[in-house]
This record gives sequence, structure tokens and C-alpha cells, in this order.
Amino acid sequence: MTPNAKRGLVVAAIVAGIVLFPAWLPEFYVTLFGYVGLATLVALGLVLLTGVSGQTSFGQASFVGLAAYATTLLTKLADAPSIVGLAVGLGVTGTTAWLLGLVTARLSGHFLALASVSWGISFYALFGTLPLLHGFNGIGDIPPLHVGPFSAESRRVNLGVIWAAVAILMAMSAALLDSRMGRAIRTLNGARLIADSVGIDTARLSRAVFVIAALYAGIAGFLFAHFQRFISPTPFSLSASIDYLFMVIIGGVGSLWGAPIGAALVVVLRDQFNDWIPRITGRAGDFEALVFSAVVILLLQRAPEGLLPLLARLPRRRAPRNEVMAGADDEVSPSPGPARSAVPGAELLALESISRNFGGLAANRDVSLAVHTNEIVALIGPNGAGKTTLFNIVTGVLPPSSGQMRLFGAPADRLPSRRIAALGVARTFQHVKLLPNRSVLENIALGAHLSGRTGLLRSMLRLDRAEEAKLLAEARAQAVRVGFGRLLDVPAGDLPLGQQRVVEVARALCLRPRLLLLDEPAAGLRLAEKQRLATLLRQLRADGMGVLLVEHDMDFVMQLADRVVVMDFGQKIAEGAPEIVQSDPVVQEAYLGGVA
Amino acid sequence: MDLFVFLALLQDGITTGAIYLLLAIGLLIVFSVTRVIFVPQGDLLAFGTLTAGTLQAGHLPGTLWLLDALAAMALVASLFGGRTAALRGVLIWGVYPLAVTAAALFLAPRQMPAISILLALAIVTPMGPLIWRFAFRPIADAPVLALLILAMALHFVLIGLGLVFFGPEEATAPALTDASFDLGVLNVSGQSLAVLVCCAALVIGLRWFFSATIHGKVLRAAASDRLGARLMGIDAGASGALAFGLASFIAALAGVLIGAVTPLSYDAGFDIGLKGFVAAIMGGLISYPMAAAGALLVGVLESLGSFWASAYREVIVFTLLIPILVWLSLRSGSPEDRA
Repeated sequence: MTPNAKRGLVVAAIVAGIVLFPAWLPEFYVTLFGYVGLATLVALGLVLLTGVSGQTSFGQASFVGLAAYATTLLTKLADAPSIVGLAVGLGVTGTTAWLLGLVTARLSGHFLALASVSWGISFYALFGTLPLLHGFNGIGDIPPLHVGPFSAESRRVNLGVIWAAVAILMAMSAALLDSRMGRAIRTLNGARLIADSVGIDTARLSRAVFVIAALYAGIAGFLFAHFQRFISPTPFSLSASIDYLFMVIIGGVGSLWGAPIGAALVVVLRDQFNDWIPRITGRAGDFEALVFSAVVILLLQRAPEGLLPLLARLPRRRAPRNEVMAGADDEVSPSPGPARSAVPGAELLALESISRNFGGLAANRDVSLAVHTNEIVALIGPNGAGKTTLFNIVTGVLPPSSGQMRLFGAPADRLPSRRIAALGVARTFQHVKLLPNRSVLENIALGAHLSGRTGLLRSMLRLDRAEEAKLLAEARAQAVRVGFGRLLDVPAGDLPLGQQRVVEVARALCLRPRLLLLDEPAAGLRLAEKQRLATLLRQLRADGMGVLLVEHDMDFVMQLADRVVVMDFGQKIAEGAPEIVQSDPVVQEAYLGGVA
Repeated sequence: MDLFVFLALLQDGITTGAIYLLLAIGLLIVFSVTRVIFVPQGDLLAFGTLTAGTLQAGHLPGTLWLLDALAAMALVASLFGGRTAALRGVLIWGVYPLAVTAAALFLAPRQMPAISILLALAIVTPMGPLIWRFAFRPIADAPVLALLILAMALHFVLIGLGLVFFGPEEATAPALTDASFDLGVLNVSGQSLAVLVCCAALVIGLRWFFSATIHGKVLRAAASDRLGARLMGIDAGASGALAFGLASFIAALAGVLIGAVTPLSYDAGFDIGLKGFVAAIMGGLISYPMAAAGALLVGVLESLGSFWASAYREVIVFTLLIPILVWLSLRSGSPEDRA
């Protein structure tokens, strides 16, 4: 069977399930599964927000409420068609989320979470007090969903609509995660330095994910209002928001399937608890909340990935150790040709009197330096000489305290990292920064982020396939180029450290840089691997790239570099051809403490 | 509004502001040492009020049995940790709870306010280190967000227990003093003054603790560089327990103070704790003086808000966060990598 036919069958089965399942279900379960579906929608957004992008919101129920009240007011009081209710509801929810995201975007993660607690309370209080919304008396007789002459009076039809929405949003979320934007979203979770170095606009992206999660909640709110046909503030309270978060943690934040599993477990068990606990203890109360919270605490302590991995016992794809060690190819493949047009001998980077202080410590003092096309410049010096600080200044991670920097002839000393990346400056890190659970190929493809244009929505609709194929082909080509053609599917974290550095080099090359900054790329490599890296760097030089290299392996540096810059205590103490620098007495003193 | 009403509201606002300040300090201590955002602090506050109220009514509070149960678990756990740990465990988790239980059994029927208050402090304060020991320490290195979610879950556990222990009714803590003074048009209640005096004493005491004692310096070291402190031989578990202990003591104290002014029910602590949060966030979760200013501002705004637009009181307080977050976000440079 062809993959397409297979996929068609799966889709047909899901559609049949959604149509037949509500028709067959007893009345009581129609309501219960309706709630499970609605909760799944909200939880899906939270998986993207919390599990993938590493942000958290304790305010999702407010977004459900905003959309629910919007559609209620429009369809009941203004007799608008359902579709208008949906559009306005999502508009209100999205705009609110966007504004809230704007306010908190630049703060680190827990501020967003804390702020969400407070708007969770504020919106709940507003729903309960605004006269228009009838407070806790609620609004009843909400018109059913209707399109033209068709009206979904029956709850069973609504149930089908809800689960169709679940299926569609699951598919869209899966598509998103399997795309250029999906890879970018993963870097938001604790890997922002990677994101900056490949040109991802992290502030905008984290806001976008936040808005997506809110819109999922908004869709749930819209459906909720027309399913229940009655709304009051209670289901939009802070504790409802926290419930959604608990569902995601119980199901598993790491996977989209965690959403339906968590939602089903919490909604169904809560229903059972409400039946049984008063019978056992003889009193009603917050007992089920107590039990769920205790479960959540245990899960956070023992199984932070949630129940899903425990239930499924998913075997992780792991390459056997010896295969990883032996996997790298031996040859560097030939150059695919110059990456960007380069004028031979043109200045790429110029630093003039750059200084950087950390409090009283001068990490860089008055450093001047230039890198041209077709040139490998090595930056050497004892530990603590300020080499990495200089790298961070060139890549925009740190602003210089004083001095000027020019990139490709234009002033660049106040540009943010991602703009510098967009100009064509790529880097690797001294302490390797990769997404350890993602494959080598995905990690390398991150470097090609800027060559893609497809946004979030088009990715979710799978309109990015042509571009995605091109990006992955580019990533594969760079992987082959550094000798990693056989290790594309291995999780990057499973590679030995030295090879992880080479993955970083491939990721940097995906940027098609004009200037490449390598921070100790040969550390941890074996001799043969070092030779291969040297061959690659020579090839890049021949293609017109400029390379600035920090390295402690002197044999490696001296055989490769056109020019060597020596730093000590934050200052440049020597510069010149390798053999001249090697015989410089000042350099010898810095390295060996003086010639006796 | 005339001057009299305004002054009365102001007095109210400053009193509750002082309580928020105490909670903000507790949050800041715990957050800076352990990175835990201690949501359940507000619930411990309610425990403080309700425990003191129950004792004053001549009954034994459920929190006492909770203390005994948790302490017994900690005692058993400490027996497996070598001789010194076992000895310490027996002293702290064996002798102490026994002494408190005996004192409560013996003294509760006498219904003396000062004794009820002291016993409530003695019962609720150890909850902090016990919570740290069993809930947070097993995942002390997890991301801030995971710790925050755990704190939220713990909040629900505590209010669930609160309902079991105390039922749904509100209760008051015994007042420290019934005195009141007339200052011109304004009647100043002695309890308000007592709140302010306790608050000031606590702030001064903490200042001394952090600058002059070895334990205080250990906490400061752990707060400024956790890894560095650990490398210098500072026990992260012990400094966490100390931080949680301070926070729960502060919560219990705040509970017996505010509980004499306002009756509280088992689930009332969360809102109060959140307002302490708002104050702490104003200090950026770092600065104590800013948090103090924030706490007083929250208290006064809430008090004035309840007069002008009582239905929107909560909305006003929590919406206040938005401009503060805007300001914080403009002030902070590039977003840090999330640890």
C-alpha cells in the first residue's frame, strides 16, 4: 500500500469514527465525551505552549471564557450566525493573548506564568461582575450551532463537531511541529542562544505560540457555549485553568497525544470521584482536587513526562554506541560551490578598539581585529584571555562597552544576534548547544531557518512541503559535507561530544554564512577527525568564506591559519603569520611564563 | 468620601499592606534560595489563623496531626541517613512534635490567647521544611516552571486538607490586644498597631539574621550562586529547609495577625498570598525595598478600591500587575536563557 493510500485510510477511519461514535453513544456519555473533547482542545494548546516552547499559562480558562461570552452575546443578543460568533470570539481571544504576550514576552518564563494567574483571576472576576454577562446567574438559551438552514440542535451532532475540531487541530499541531517553525519553537525551551545564532526572532515566536494556544482555547470556548447552551463564570475560573494544566501534566507534556489522554483521564475520573467520594467519606468537597493534585505532585517527581510514556513504553530510537563511534564518513565531500558572492580580499569583520567590562573586570581591552574573505584567522590565548567574550560581542550576544564593529563594511555594534546572523555570520559554541533529543538532521536544519519563508499558519496547513523538502535537502547536504551522512536520524545528544561540535559546524554552514566563527571546534576530536575538519575549513576558505577560529590545539591552528591573533588578559598582544607569532617572545612569555 | 473615611481606609490598607509585605518577604526568601515560587504560603497563612482559632476554642486542630504524621515520615527517613542525621532527626522530628502535641493536649483546654497563638506558630512553622523535604527537594534541580506547577498542585492539596481539618466555616484568631486609641477623628485599633510593630520587628530581625548570623549568610550565599554555594560545601537541602522554615513562620505569623482583624476560611489564603505575590513581582522577585513599597501600595489600593468599586476590587489589584510587567519588561535587557 502506498503511503498516500495508507494516510487516506487513516483519515477515513477517523472521519467514520467521528460520525458513528456519537450516534452509538448513550446520552450520558455524549455529555461526558463532549467535555473530554473540549478539554482536549485547550490541553493541545498547552502542550504546544508548555511542552514544546517551555512557557506556561495558568489562564487558559479565561480565553475559553472570552470566546464563549463573545459568541453568546453575538448569537443570542444580536442574532448573528454562528460563524460570526466564532470569528469574533477568536478575534477577541487572539488579540487579548497577543497584548498579554506583548507585555510579558521579554520576561523570563515564570513571569508569564505568574501574570497568567492574575489575569485568570481578573477575567473571572469580570465575568462575574459585568452586568451585561448576568454574573453567576449565567446566560441560558444560547442558540445552537447553525450554518444556513442547518441547525445542530442535537448534542450528538455537536459531539461530532467537537471531535472533528479535535482531529483537525491535532493534525495541524502535528504538521506545525514537523516544520521549520516547529523546530524554531523547540529552541524557545531553554535554547535561546541557538535561536539567536540562527536568526530566529524568539520574542515574536514565543508570543505567536502563546496566541496559538489561546486560539485553541477560544475554539473550545465557542464550541462549549453552543454545546452546553448555557454559560456562567464558573468553568472559566483560575482552578479550571489549573485543571487544564494538570491534564497536560498527567497525560504528558512531551507529546500531542498527552492532550486527549490527560483530558480523558481527568474529566472521566473527576466524574467518577464526584460519584464515589461522597459515598465513601460521607461528605462532599474538594477531595477530588486533593487526589488529582497529589497525583500531579507524584508525577512531577517520578515521571515528569507524564503517563503517556509510561503507558506506551515508547522505545526511544537510539543508535548502538559503536555505530555512533564508527558512523562518521571518512571523506569530506566536495564543495557545493561558493555560498554567497564574495569579492576576494574584501573586509568581512573589523573590530576597532573594542572593550568590554564586567563590573571591575576588563574582559576585553582595546582589541582591534579584522577578518577578510578567503582567510582563516586564529584567535589564541590562555584561558580567561577574553576570546569567548570577543566572540559574543561579534555575534551580538553581548554589547561592547566601547569601540566600533563593522560587518561587511557597515556599522554593526548595536545589532541584536539574529540580525547579525541574517547578515551572514554563523557561529558554533564553546559549550555545545544542541537540542539533545532531536535528530542530527533536525539540529542541522535549524541553521537553514532564515532560508525559509513559510509562517506558522501555512506550516499548520502543510503548505510548506516544497520549502521544507528544500531546507532538509540543504541540511542533508551540509551533514554529508562534514561527514555525517550516516548519522542523520540519531538524537544529537547521543553523539560523543567531539562529534556534537561537528554537528554545530554543519548547522552553522546551513546559514550559508560569509563569516564563520568557530569556538574550539577541534576540542574532543580524534586526529583523523581533526584532519577532516581542517580539510573542510580549507575548502570553505577556498570558496571565499572568512573564518575566525578560537582553538587551543596549536598544531591544528598553525597548519591552518593565515594569521594568528594572540590575546592575554583581555588585550591583543601579538598578531601575524603563524611562524612569526610562534617566535614572538611576548607570546612565549604569556604561554610559558617567560623563557628562563 | 470625607477625611474620616479616607483615614480609616488608609489605616486598613496599611495594615493589610503590612501583611502582604510579610508574605512578599517569605516568597522572596524561598524563591531566591530554591527558585520555588511558594504559592502555598497563603494556605499556610490560613492554617495559622484557623489553628489559632481552633485552639482558642479549646479544640485540637487537624494541623497538629498533620505535623505529627509528616514529622514521623521525616523521622523514619532520617534513620536511614547515618548516625548524625538520625540523631538530628530524632531531636527535630521526634522530640519536637511530641513536645508540641503534649503542650497542645495540656494547654488547649485553657483557651489562653497568647498560648493559642504560640502553639499555632509552633505547629505551622515546621510545615515549611516538611513541604520542602517531601515535595520540592526530590526535584530541586527541575526548571522553575515545573517547580511552579508543583507549588500550584500543593496549594490544592493544602486547601483540601484545610477543608477536612477545619470545615467550611470562617474562624478568627485571638487578638493580641483589645486596646484602641483616639487620634483626633481617627480611631486607631491596637491590633493594627500590633500588626505594624510585629511586621517592623520581623523585618529588623531578618535584617540582623541575614547580615550577622552564619545561617543568614549561608542563605545569602545560596541565593546569589547556588552552584558556587554547593561547591563551598553549603548543603542545598539544609538551606532550602531553612528558607522554607522562615517562609512558613512568616506565613503563620501573618495568619495569626490578620486573622484577628478579618475572619478567614480554609481557602482564603490563596488570594492573600497572591497579593503578596503582586508585591513581590513589583520587586522583580529580587528587591526587598521595592517589594515593601509594592505591598503597601497593594494594601491601600485594595482598601480604597473596596470603597469605590467593591465588585471590581480584585480586578483592580491584579490588573495593576500589567503596567508593572510592562515596566519590568522594558527595563530588562535581552531575554535570558531559561534555566
